[in-house]
Amino acid sequence: MRPVYMISGGVSKFAKSRNRLTFQAMVKEAFSYAMRDCPKLQLEHIDGSIASYFSDHFQGQLMAGIMAHDYLGLCPKPSKRVEGGGATGGLCFQAAYEAVASGRMEVCVAFGFETMSRVRTWKGNELIALASDTNFDYPLGGFYTGYYAMMVVRHMHEFGTTVEQMAKVSVKNHTNALHNPYAQKPMMISVQDVLESPMVAYPLKRLDICLMSDGAACVILASEKAAKRFGKKDIRISGIGTGTDAMRLSDRPHGKVPLLAHESASDYRNMRYPGVHSCRAGRMAAIEAYQMAGIKNPLHDLSFVELHDAYTSSEIQTYEDLGLCKYGEGGMFIDSGAPEIGGTCPVNPSGGLLACGHPIGATGLMQAVFSFWQLQGSIREHFGSAKLQVRNPRRGLIHSHAGTGTYVTVSILERD
Amino acid sequence: MKSAFNKKYFTDLKKLKWAHNLKGLKKMPPIVLSRHDETDYIHSYGENSPFFAGLAHNEILGTRCRKCKTKFATPRLSCLQCGTDCNWFLLPKTGRIHSWTKCYFGGESFLKETPYFLILVEFKGVNSLLLSRLKGVKDEKHVEINMEVEAHFSKKPKYEITDLWFEKK
Ligand SMILES: [Zn+2]
Repeated sequence: MRPVYMISGGVSKFAKSRNRLTFQAMVKEAFSYAMRDCPKLQLEHIDGSIASYFSDHFQGQLMAGIMAHDYLGLCPKPSKRVEGGGATGGLCFQAAYEAVASGRMEVCVAFGFETMSRVRTWKGNELIALASDTNFDYPLGGFYTGYYAMMVVRHMHEFGTTVEQMAKVSVKNHTNALHNPYAQKPMMISVQDVLESPMVAYPLKRLDICLMSDGAACVILASEKAAKRFGKKDIRISGIGTGTDAMRLSDRPHGKVPLLAHESASDYRNMRYPGVHSCRAGRMAAIEAYQMAGIKNPLHDLSFVELHDAYTSSEIQTYEDLGLCKYGEGGMFIDSGAPEIGGTCPVNPSGGLLACGHPIGATGLMQAVFSFWQLQGSIREHFGSAKLQVRNPRRGLIHSHAGTGTYVTVSILERD
Repeated sequence: MKSAFNKKYFTDLKKLKWAHNLKGLKKMPPIVLSRHDETDYIHSYGENSPFFAGLAHNEILGTRCRKCKTKFATPRLSCLQCGTDCNWFLLPKTGRIHSWTKCYFGGESFLKETPYFLILVEFKGVNSLLLSRLKGVKDEKHVEINMEVEAHFSKKPKYEITDLWFEKK
């Protein structure tokens, strides 16, 4: 495989409803932004695209990927759709990486979108829950928040994680988003506000849960030669990893923890892993990506992390899967202040899914765009404020997550 | 088909204004209308069918890997660990709560059933869990991990996973 660079990106504002535009026009908005930000790059330099959207139900349109590809003026070049639930964006990013790394393409566009406003919120929840086993899981409630609630109830039982610790994640991400103009729901809130918000599925409350959104995002990847030619050979993708686990939460095994370089078996003597409290797919994705990028101690080797906080509890679980702290210490990790802006390793400086919104197919690509701007040091230029700019960032991690931890991707971007 | 949406979501088509000026068209608000979609499926449980037949006879069937002997409480005829074929076996009718939640909302067609309890049930000597409803309890203060529960079966089976639920033992 040859080196791959990210040369540009764009986001079309995430909002509850973007019905003034079709999904194609939303994608084009993100794409045009990326093209403007890399002025030497012209349409004829692009070799193909990968489309990312999760649900055929939200749009009621099959083969929506080609409709966006043709809207961008990319026909008759190669294109395909990738799909893997909530991790669709992360998988799309990696598919574009593979297209360039393999030598098939010099420049590849990864675009993603979702139009979740087209159904009512609870119908949307029902449609999303079709991504659980429809024979054994779905008929019992058809509700992802319920599944995540059971995961965190067990996490609390095993490790003593508290609802206050979860609330702190919500406060951090919503207040970070106050300085991100792309975010759907920036809010100045307190731990008390989170704890007093309506209960959705015990112990997850309204402010512990991300939103349904419309939005699009676009990433442009290139070979070393092409990146140099377009004057954007700054940010390299130094590692990718993907892990999987069984669709059904009830099938998850109770075995041993796959260890990261800085951990030892004695850290986890009595742990039955992953159970329903941890995500083996996230850990496996991290192991693969860290090996490729040469990361030995993630907390110190990473300047920031943009992770898939569909729930406050999933952010805490993911600290552990990524090895920012040991398994069981995720609650203490947020207490320590390490993931805050200005902390040891800021997590979701953009506001994450909780505050930016989660238009599923766009989400993983949005993380890539925000991370690219962080590493460029161009947050002020794109956000209109440098409040969220991480100081002297060298390396960032993006984490995209599907189902109850079924597909998880980890990708590492770093300054060359 | 009558739309279940509030009217506020849609364009009032009677009041739709025509610009008479082609230059203004790019500023026109979107036309938003209702579309209905409904499908009846011919659904098959395939090789998992014995499990649903079992519920109608007050039995819970799990599966066991022929090679590595892993026991699955939610049946699967191919082993998660080694990909080998599995055989059927009878699960006990009591177990313990491995984890739980009380749902105050749900997918749209489940809203009328809220609030409801979801539990993951663990059975002694079985390696995987079974997702089910916990009934007969109102207050979450009376629910905890490791609580003993027993299986109950619908007298009028619909051959759905909901033919089975658990209650406090
Ligand atoms: Zn086996």
